[in-house]
Amino acid sequence: MLSDRVRTGPAGDLTSPAGAGTSKDVGKKAARTSRTRQPLRSRLKRDWQLLLMTFPAIALLVVFHYVPLLGNVIAFQDYSPYVGMKDSPWVGLSNFQWLLLDESFWDATLNTLSITTFQLIFYFPVPIMLAVLLDSVVRPRLRLFVQGIVYMPHFFSWVLVVTLFQQMFGGAGVLSQTLRNQGYSGFDLMTNPDTFIALVTAETVWKDAGWGTIIFLAALAAINQNLYEAAAVDGASRWRRLWHITLPGLRPIIVLLLILRLGEALNVGFEQFFLQRDAVGRDAAEVLDTFVYWRTLLTGEWSYGAAAGLVKCLVGLILILVANKVAHRFGEDGIYKRS
Amino acid sequence: MTTLPPWAERPSRAGGLLKRLILTLITVCVLFPIYLVVLTSFSTQEAVTESGGLVTVPGHLSLAAYEELFVGGVVSRSVMVSLGVTLVGTAISLTVTVLAAYGLSRPGSLMHRPLLFLVLLTFLFGPGMIPSYLLISSLGLIDTYWALILPGAVAAFNLVVMRAFFMNIPAEVTDSARIDGASEFRILMKLVLSMSKGVTAVIGLFYAVGYWNSFFNAVLYLNDNAKWPLQVVLRQYVLQGQSLIVGQSGDTTIAGQSLPPASRSRWPSSSRCSRCCSSTRSSSGTSPRE
Repeated sequence: MLSDRVRTGPAGDLTSPAGAGTSKDVGKKAARTSRTRQPLRSRLKRDWQLLLMTFPAIALLVVFHYVPLLGNVIAFQDYSPYVGMKDSPWVGLSNFQWLLLDESFWDATLNTLSITTFQLIFYFPVPIMLAVLLDSVVRPRLRLFVQGIVYMPHFFSWVLVVTLFQQMFGGAGVLSQTLRNQGYSGFDLMTNPDTFIALVTAETVWKDAGWGTIIFLAALAAINQNLYEAAAVDGASRWRRLWHITLPGLRPIIVLLLILRLGEALNVGFEQFFLQRDAVGRDAAEVLDTFVYWRTLLTGEWSYGAAAGLVKCLVGLILILVANKVAHRFGEDGIYKRS
Repeated sequence: MTTLPPWAERPSRAGGLLKRLILTLITVCVLFPIYLVVLTSFSTQEAVTESGGLVTVPGHLSLAAYEELFVGGVVSRSVMVSLGVTLVGTAISLTVTVLAAYGLSRPGSLMHRPLLFLVLLTFLFGPGMIPSYLLISSLGLIDTYWALILPGAVAAFNLVVMRAFFMNIPAEVTDSARIDGASEFRILMKLVLSMSKGVTAVIGLFYAVGYWNSFFNAVLYLNDNAKWPLQVVLRQYVLQGQSLIVGQSGDTTIAGQSLPPASRSRWPSSSRCSRCCSSTRSSSGTSPRE
């Protein structure tokens, strides 16, 4: 009875923790033999309840995630909502041709890429440094207190975050008012296209840097404390221990997050830019997502917008695969293992 | 300095001081803006005017701004909408996610690998804005609350986290229940869920925060401004109201003018708008006073 359901453990799937080495292979083998031994009918009899439980989630994902993927065919059509997807004329790649000749598309791409690069330099390291700092706080209560505070902004909506920044740095904000009271001229960071890139990065840091420390704190807790002790006994200073133990310990997770970030390079966070595009102006704040939105839903160029969205999606996919390849070259696991 | 391991050298005086300074700075950076806005919202109009927009020191406190805010009816209705969407959405998401996480928690079960792959693949690419919109509109969900709930009802990340947690529950526990003749639903409800209250609460919180903050789905799928949730109303009256005022007072950009026609037509009728703009302005004190 029991041998029918050989528990294989977290065998060979993407979410299992690394380093399960030998037991994993054993589990895989067991799963395979039990699978071939049993006819489909008895497996169905055994597992139908599990399948039934999985059904609602899978149905939702298929309807709202995979079916819309098929809708991308309108990128190859001259789609009109009145005619429908079936009867709209096919136009081949002409939408993509127009897209590549469109200056505003390239502007949006350039904005997206420069914002991504800027955030990679000025946002990405912040949670790592913050996590190392928090980890070095010895008193547990103080540490929990600071952690609780820095997590908080993650739960605010972008609308609220942008509003708060406006109250601080806007034309009528605190900083400007204080300067005016001192006799200087006020300023308005919220509508200044030149500093916009720093502004959005500051907003991202304020909102998400604290939350981003969670994963690094978990990785720091997993580092073997004996290594620190051995290094200290061997006379390594605080900084040398940070460099030779802490950072190598964080390396896999840093690489993983970097790859994921690269895959999201063209996704800079729609809501944040949508909210500020009007105030700052298109030249600085138009990113690919807002480009698609304004181009399609407000002017009715459906096929054109879908083409832009498709290009963005494909480039993202290619980026993530390339980054993963590079990670393998450097001997890291990345998001999936070499097979 | 209670739990410092014996081999570690004691931190130098300057180093400890620097660390404390940085921690304080971070805390202040996070808390100060929140403190300022909350305090201003509770202050009387005179106190706000006197301090030039935002109150930094607590003085005359009143609830007038909140009374004014809820008089219009728009804000209280949007709060109800947000609450309803959050409650219903979280219930649906949590149920579906728990069921699927348990259903996928046994490797080697029928269809386990392809179904898990289907879930994990959603990490790599999204469906895109335009096709999603076309789907929602062809399902007739435009201007319904379901458009805010169903598209994001299952988050693959939450599902995977929950599944990993379920897989760590010892097999002996569930196997013994199965030998006693319990159905899988019963095992999930009576055993597995009672052993994972913590993770269920956390995932529920993630979903609830997501629904409460969701803003873009409402902008995309709800044309009827009577159905707007709180976040959209907040944006209309605080951010867009603010940028119009900035434009009038002769600052750099006239933000209101770059609004595309469609979004302008979505603005609420003038009487309601002016009332709410004024109330929000007085509550947060954003109008420029030179």
